Amino acid sequence: MARYFTEEHEWIDLEGDTATVGITDYAQGQLGDIVFVELPESGTMLEKGKDAAVVESVKAASDVYAPISGEVTEANSALEDDPALVNTSPEEDGWFFRMTVSDKSQLEGLMDDKAYKSFCDEL
Amino acid sequence: MGCFSAVRGASMLATKGCVLSDNTDTPQEIEQLPLDAWHRRKGARMVPFAGYEMPIQYSAESGGGIVAEHEWTRSQAGLFDVSHMGQLMLTGENVAAELEKLLPGAITTLKPGKVRYSLLIDEDGGILDDLMVTNATPWIEADEEAGTEGHWGDPAYYLVVNGAMKWDDIAHLREHLPDEVTLTHMDEHALVALQGPNAATALNRVMRNTIEDMIFMESVIHDFGEWPLRITRAGYTGEDGFEISVPAEFAESLCDRLCAEIEVRPCGLGARDSLRLEAGLPLYGHDITTETDPVSADLGFALTKRRREEGGWMGHEKVMDVFNSGPARKRVGLTFEGRLPAREGAKVFDDDAEIGRITSGGFSPSLGHPIAMGYLEKSHIEPGTEVEVEVRNKRLPAKVTTMPFVPHRYHRGK
Repeated sequence: MARYFTEEHEWIDLEGDTATVGITDYAQGQLGDIVFVELPESGTMLEKGKDAAVVESVKAASDVYAPISGEVTEANSALEDDPALVNTSPEEDGWFFRMTVSDKSQLEGLMDDKAYKSFCDEL
Repeated sequence: MGCFSAVRGASMLATKGCVLSDNTDTPQEIEQLPLDAWHRRKGARMVPFAGYEMPIQYSAESGGGIVAEHEWTRSQAGLFDVSHMGQLMLTGENVAAELEKLLPGAITTLKPGKVRYSLLIDEDGGILDDLMVTNATPWIEADEEAGTEGHWGDPAYYLVVNGAMKWDDIAHLREHLPDEVTLTHMDEHALVALQGPNAATALNRVMRNTIEDMIFMESVIHDFGEWPLRITRAGYTGEDGFEISVPAEFAESLCDRLCAEIEVRPCGLGARDSLRLEAGLPLYGHDITTETDPVSADLGFALTKRRREEGGWMGHEKVMDVFNSGPARKRVGLTFEGRLPAREGAKVFDDDAEIGRITSGGFSPSLGHPIAMGYLEKSHIEPGTEVEVEVRNKRLPAKVTTMPFVPHRYHRGK
């Protein structure tokens, strides 16, 4: 399984033709206490760079844009009851949604773990 | 992630519906306040606010985070740096009477050591700023050698105004106060607020019980060793607490001294905002502006009866028109079920009719559900009225409620 990172602080796990998407530990740290996550429903067609989800922290609402294009196959229902999972387990239990991958070439140029870490160190 | 496109501390806050940005023209230079290095040592995340780098929250490793700091202030004592606010000293022969020409509160009858919340009103009855006015007239001790008895010194009034508005306020005051009144901008002073149910316990321990007789809205000069402090029992969280004005050079030492107490932890602007929202206290630039008047803003308590009747203050006629006929819209509180917060700018509906707008909103850490304040048409301001608030094309059911959302716990004495 390969994990990719975007400069918008999302992670993407690729397993076959399915991608799981979430936000990184760095991102949740910047957002602070998360009180609500609005996720796309199954069947929603996402277009790379367009609205996919909204994260509400105590202080503000933040858009999450789709890192790649594809169809949502599952949203993480655990976040409905416990949105703070994004704070406590951002890169595992606090995943946002799973989606198909329309165009694998969109994954090219994304960062791996090491590249993302040095990207964050520069911020 | 739109806002994430540049997650660099401050830019994180430049997201929609965020109240933690000042809405005035952003100055070119973002300045540092006296406690800047102190905050950074404490692991604060600094953001530009009102033209300064300010701590929004402290690191999770040191017990920080907006909710943690919020809860700490509700249960212990939070220490907030509010040095961005404008501290002004007005002196001169008729300063109280002159000040009364610019605001609707009773200042001439405000006794030395007492504090009053008031408003600067413009000619159209709009709110230029809200502020605290303290009668800071000093007591001059008896001098046996000189043969003088103890007496009140020259009149002095200490004003604390909003950071984002202070330059406009100073210009307004200078323009309208006569030359006999001297305005001193105390920009060599820091201002910190110690807030929470254990604030008095901690401060009394530090100050050797010298402030234990103070009640809410009283202010004293207190020399703590070589530090000349002004301590005022007031705040912006709904909790008992104190605001301490300290010369910049002693600010770090004072904060270290206070944070050495087991009850005290530093808290940032994020918690300050959620605390004041729960306390139902308006934030200038959001809940009150020049487009709102004191009556619509439900700040009628700041319009002293004598001042209402006698007038003689800027905007009196316009404000009294609203006072007498009743406002078309009024600032009220709204509570929500669920977890999705409605934020500033969200529209309020009764069926298809738009009947108001949210001016501040967020998730209440103390109550565990979203709360908001906003202006609703007078037909919908009765507590219990059910309305709907639009958030991202969804309608959230909400109920009009009296404020504060979380009861005030001021120390009003026996």
